[in-house]
Amino acid sequence: MSSTALSVKTFNMPRKDRLLEHLSSDRFGRGFSRFVTGLMIPAVALIVFLGLWDAGARNVETSLGVLPGPAKVWEQTVSLYDEHRQEREKEDAFYQRLQKRLDKAIAAGKPQEKIENIKNRQYTGRATFFDQILTSLWTVMIGFVIASAVAIPIGIVCGMSATLYQAVNPLIQIFKPVSPLAWLPLVTMVVSALYVSEDPLFAKSFLNSAITVTLCCLWPTIINTTVGVSGVDKDLLNVSRVLRLNWLTKTVKIVLPSSVPMIFTGLRLSLGIGWMVLIAAEMLAQNPGLGKFVWDEFQNGSSNSLARIMVAVLVIGFIGFLLDRGMLMLQRWVSWDKSAVLR
Amino acid sequence: MNSYLNIDHISITFPTDNGPLEVLKSVKLNVEQGEFISLIGHSGCGKSTVLNIVAGLLRATEGGVILEEKEVTEPGPDRAVVFQHHSLMPWLSVYDNVRLAVDQVFKRTKSKQERDEWTRHNLELVHMSHALERKPDEISGGMKQRVGIARALAMEPKVLLMDEPFGALDSLTRTHMQDSLMEIQARLNNTVIMITHDVDEAVLLSDRIVMMSNGPSATVGDILNVDLPRPRDRLALAEDPAFNHYRAEVVKFLHERHTKPGATATKKSSEQNDEADQGADQSRPGLKLASG
Ligand SMILES: Nc1ncnc2c1ncn2[C@@H]1O[C@H](COP(=O)(O)OP(=O)(O)OP(=O)(O)O)[C@@H](O)[C@H]1O
Ligand SMILES: [Mg+2]
Repeated sequence: MSSTALSVKTFNMPRKDRLLEHLSSDRFGRGFSRFVTGLMIPAVALIVFLGLWDAGARNVETSLGVLPGPAKVWEQTVSLYDEHRQEREKEDAFYQRLQKRLDKAIAAGKPQEKIENIKNRQYTGRATFFDQILTSLWTVMIGFVIASAVAIPIGIVCGMSATLYQAVNPLIQIFKPVSPLAWLPLVTMVVSALYVSEDPLFAKSFLNSAITVTLCCLWPTIINTTVGVSGVDKDLLNVSRVLRLNWLTKTVKIVLPSSVPMIFTGLRLSLGIGWMVLIAAEMLAQNPGLGKFVWDEFQNGSSNSLARIMVAVLVIGFIGFLLDRGMLMLQRWVSWDKSAVLR
Repeated sequence: MNSYLNIDHISITFPTDNGPLEVLKSVKLNVEQGEFISLIGHSGCGKSTVLNIVAGLLRATEGGVILEEKEVTEPGPDRAVVFQHHSLMPWLSVYDNVRLAVDQVFKRTKSKQERDEWTRHNLELVHMSHALERKPDEISGGMKQRVGIARALAMEPKVLLMDEPFGALDSLTRTHMQDSLMEIQARLNNTVIMITHDVDEAVLLSDRIVMMSNGPSATVGDILNVDLPRPRDRLALAEDPAFNHYRAEVVKFLHERHTKPGATATKKSSEQNDEADQGADQSRPGLKLASG
């Protein structure tokens, strides 16, 4: 309604005014200002940052040489990628050779036992930087998913029952501030004690990392879900009482949708923490992943090590950013409140 | 004694930080089927509390509510409530909001298609068929209230309870809504209890106006029978002496009840100490207002 009224008004305006308005504020002006705020400012900030980094790094002399600047870091990024490609080529070559031997063995009519033996041979190359990235991503996702699957139901139940909340709250408050690295030895011991199987589905190191992530991801989600659920509009709950909705329907139709924004706040916090925790855990426990990569480079102490560690730092940050954006997109997709400002 | 809805001497006391607070004392009211009752009274006297007890959302400390010979012990769709702030689910469309109620109430008795038709029918009744797929955030306050009413009507309640349903609306929208409500009421002959602050609204819509005394320990002060023929037309009634008489009655009641007998005595004594004890006077703003 109001928009039609507005357009009618514009239409009736003298022509000169319309032209002026068009030129000054509307399209040209706003488009330009959007360009400035959207691209120019971040770009300038980035250039300034790179400049400062470059200038600052030159002056820091470490036992492994001068602190690398942006150029050196870029060089190492390329080199890490090349190493990854070479490693893949080697792997391909290995499997081709294996296939040939297999074919030969079958053609020669070798016993079944021997053929199986050849088949089961695995390539045991060094894990490259990119392999480590994938390992870390996989680990954090598993830990995060397990934590969410546990934390959201607990949060819902705690939000609905004040008594239960009172019971659980002290535990949450005590475990929440515990550093992940304090969990790690315990988790390691418990996993090696309990997880004994001939043919393990997951490596123990993977389980240690994932469980540590889980333990740290639980708390923000529980707390935020509880807050969200206990804050459901009282009128809406009265509607559900008048309708005599059963517990499940009430939860699914009323409680969950209205606490989705808070649940996602918790999930995003959790995932952020989980990602940080994972890198630390991998460093400490020497479990495969980006943390191990950093630690190995540190121990390695070659002239390229510092630059490589910096590559890892930047990649860790960038992946953390992407994970958060991913959660945000998921939230936009799931949430009913499209107008809510999401940051 | 065997009326349709029997509010039988209900009292309610809330525990508060300053000790127990008796909000209602022995509220008694009999409502016949198809009757339209308005509850009117000063803010905070306990009107919503009465309504919530009838709805079953609150339990009376003493006395009880009997609907069709059965005591009310819990909320249920036979006593549908229209809340002051529409209370629609913001994540559901207009249609889905009503459908949620329809699905719940007619789970066993209506087929899927019948429930769909019934949902549409009730939205049609409140003239909302054009906005079925819109979300509550995308419609006006009056439209939200219409959907709230449609949702309540769709439950086919024995009694329709409305807590200041038009309180948050501008006066033009409000007159539209009142006309719609009268039209629906004429068609369906619902039993309605409605809380209002608006004297004109009360006289226009009601068969009886229940005027509540001031709290704490509020009770039914007076009941006014509104004997105006239906259908009622607001323009014609504006000139009608009978209408204006009823109107004046309600206004007079509300004004008189500003100063309760007990309160008058305290007021006099405080007036004597007026200059000496300003503080005591300020701590009772209600009395100051009453003397003015
Ligand atoms: N759960 C409660 N605990 C304590 N006091 C309450 C509670 N509910 C209501 N009251 C008190 O009971 C009194 C009546 O409340 P109620 O909401 O019924 O008034 P009302 O007549 O509907 O007022 P309004 O016209 O402003 O809506 C108020 O003084 C309020 O403070
Ligand atoms: Mg009220």
